[in-house]
Amino acid sequence: MDIVVCIKRVPATDAAIKIAADGKSIDPAGVQFELNAYDEFALEQALRIKDQLGAGSVTVVTIGPKEAQKELRDALARGADKAVLLTTDQWVYDGASTAAALAAWIKTTPCQLVLCGRQAVDSDNNQLPANLAGRLGFACVTEAGKLTLDNGTFTAERDIEGAREVVSARTPAVISCQKGLNEPRYANLKGIMAAKKKPFEESPAQLGAPAVEIVSLALPPARAAGRIVGEGAAAVPALIAALREAKLL
Amino acid sequence: MSNVIVIAEVRGGKLKRPSLEAVTAALQLATASGGKVHAIACGSGLDAACADLASSGVHKVVAIDGPAFANYSSDGYAKAIAEQAKAAGAAAVLMAHTAMGKDLLPRVSALLDGAIVTDAIAVSCEGGVFGAQRPVFAGKATMTARAAKAPFCASLRPNNFAAASGGGSAEISKVAAPAGDLLAVVKEIVASGSDRTPLQEAKVVVSGGRGLKEPQHFKLIEDLAAAFGPGVAAVGASRAVVDAGWRPHREQVGQTGKVVSPPLYIAIGISGAIQHIAGMRTARTIVAINKDADAPIFKIADFGIVGDAFEVVPALTKAVAEIVQHK
Ligand SMILES: Cc1cc2nc3c(=O)[nH]c(=O)nc-3n(C[C@H](O)[C@H](O)[C@H](O)COP(=O)(O)OP(=O)(O)OC[C@H]3O[C@@H](n4cnc5c(N)ncnc54)[C@H](O)[C@@H]3O)c2cc1C
Ligand SMILES: Nc1ncnc2c1ncn2[C@@H]1O[C@H](COP(=O)(O)O)[C@@H](O)[C@H]1O
Repeated sequence: MDIVVCIKRVPATDAAIKIAADGKSIDPAGVQFELNAYDEFALEQALRIKDQLGAGSVTVVTIGPKEAQKELRDALARGADKAVLLTTDQWVYDGASTAAALAAWIKTTPCQLVLCGRQAVDSDNNQLPANLAGRLGFACVTEAGKLTLDNGTFTAERDIEGAREVVSARTPAVISCQKGLNEPRYANLKGIMAAKKKPFEESPAQLGAPAVEIVSLALPPARAAGRIVGEGAAAVPALIAALREAKLL
Repeated sequence: MSNVIVIAEVRGGKLKRPSLEAVTAALQLATASGGKVHAIACGSGLDAACADLASSGVHKVVAIDGPAFANYSSDGYAKAIAEQAKAAGAAAVLMAHTAMGKDLLPRVSALLDGAIVTDAIAVSCEGGVFGAQRPVFAGKATMTARAAKAPFCASLRPNNFAAASGGGSAEISKVAAPAGDLLAVVKEIVASGSDRTPLQEAKVVVSGGRGLKEPQHFKLIEDLAAAFGPGVAAVGASRAVVDAGWRPHREQVGQTGKVVSPPLYIAIGISGAIQHIAGMRTARTIVAINKDADAPIFKIADFGIVGDAFEVVPALTKAVAEIVQHK
């Protein structure tokens, strides 16, 4: 099976976010970037499927800045066979145009399975995988926490409100991966050496105009200063009074 | 045309409450765009849900009903909904940002080749241009965006709009669910535990963290949640206790868990790491109970008690139970 893993370079989850002078993007100064946490589950799953089948290929692709070479190299070091960097110097936040560009690229390459993270933790969209599947006409399961493949069909489980859905589907498919699916491996020295010889393609992304334009990016209003109502169990009546006043009880 | 579509979510024959919140947002947009609100529901046996929709204030209800849609299929539903949305002259398509909304709306938007924003906390239509506000970077920033392509699709964060109760009795038109080849279909829904209140729909979320010391002490958290009465409160957890295996991942609140915005969030023995706050900072009121007066959670809490959870929580549970029982 030929598997494409879509990855994104994003700010680290503990990064402090400052708004750039244009009021529409973040100021990257001092921000650490890393592989989107959920994409690690997607990559790991792809590597496991390939190991299990003993055949096929794993290609990692991103639409992102030149700097994303680092995350792609890391994916190669963990075991992916090939990396593709579709470059852009804009922040990639628009799901529709990104999905369209990725769909166009995927159509040029052998692919029966696309694995994604459930959400990129910068734009927090949680929409690219299903959007992409719609454009490719592939089956789709989002936020899969369990996955079992069986010769052209698969079963995936996903959490829904108060329950778990068991979905039965067939390939070709796009699956977005939730935490809990697997424990990602890290690159070892041998992998890092091997990565240097693996194919790495780079070309400009064919991104159309964004379907959604950013009007502004702003820090959220600070929460009004709270107060400590007291210490220990003795403070419970004061808390209850405050909650009743706020009509919460 | 400038009509606004609401994709309704029906589970077990019942209309889900967040869909009525989407109706509220749709009515607001339709007023601004000069269009009508059409609700579309998919499933098998939709009469009760459609009756609820018809009296919510929408102008029309389309039921895509039949055995072929007895089980949710993202591709099956999306195709049928996209056809109906086109026929209705959709300028905007709204749905709640629930597990189904996340799975379905992006596919509908792809089939309509439209614009999409997800997890919106506000929507607008000014001069015929649709827009939305949504948290990004785990709530560390808010994006205001506008559509540059039609139709404009938006999923709405639950608990951010009031549920519509507009009254009226909209016309219900029935369309047979198309029998066809489905690529992905739900074959089973396994309830997780009891008939617990889903975390993202709960009016009150009571979350516990490492400060509880041992998994069995989560009983304190469960008892407090239960004190609010049946169906009101849900139990949440910090990642520290999920990673430790004390609680299932579905209860994790935060950047890599669930984002909740209930009217009341109570954090107990949780320090308030940036990734946890990302999942609950939009709660209307935040209460923190922590024995460390310097814990970062107090910086965002509206009301705090500095103290030992083992002492404070039972007292709070008792006080809440007394009030709830006398209501
Ligand atoms: C990529 C990434 C993603 C993450 N995603 C998430 C996420 O989604 N959700 C999340 O929660 N975390 C997340 N984290 C982890 C986060 O950084 C913190 O480690 C975690 O939230 C801490 O959990 P805690 O508050 O329960 O534990 P601690 O930080 O250990 O805090 C325990 C608190 O309990 C208090 N306490 C101790 N004893 C008592 C007592 N008897 N009574 C009252 N209070 C007491 C202490 O004062 C302390 O403040 C993520 C981290 C990373 C790197
Ligand atoms: N620019 C991108 N390039 C490649 N894959 C992406 C990109 N953006 C998002 N993805 C994939 O889609 C998933 C969901 O992203 P999103 O819908 O943007 O939250 C991510 O976890 C990635 O797997």
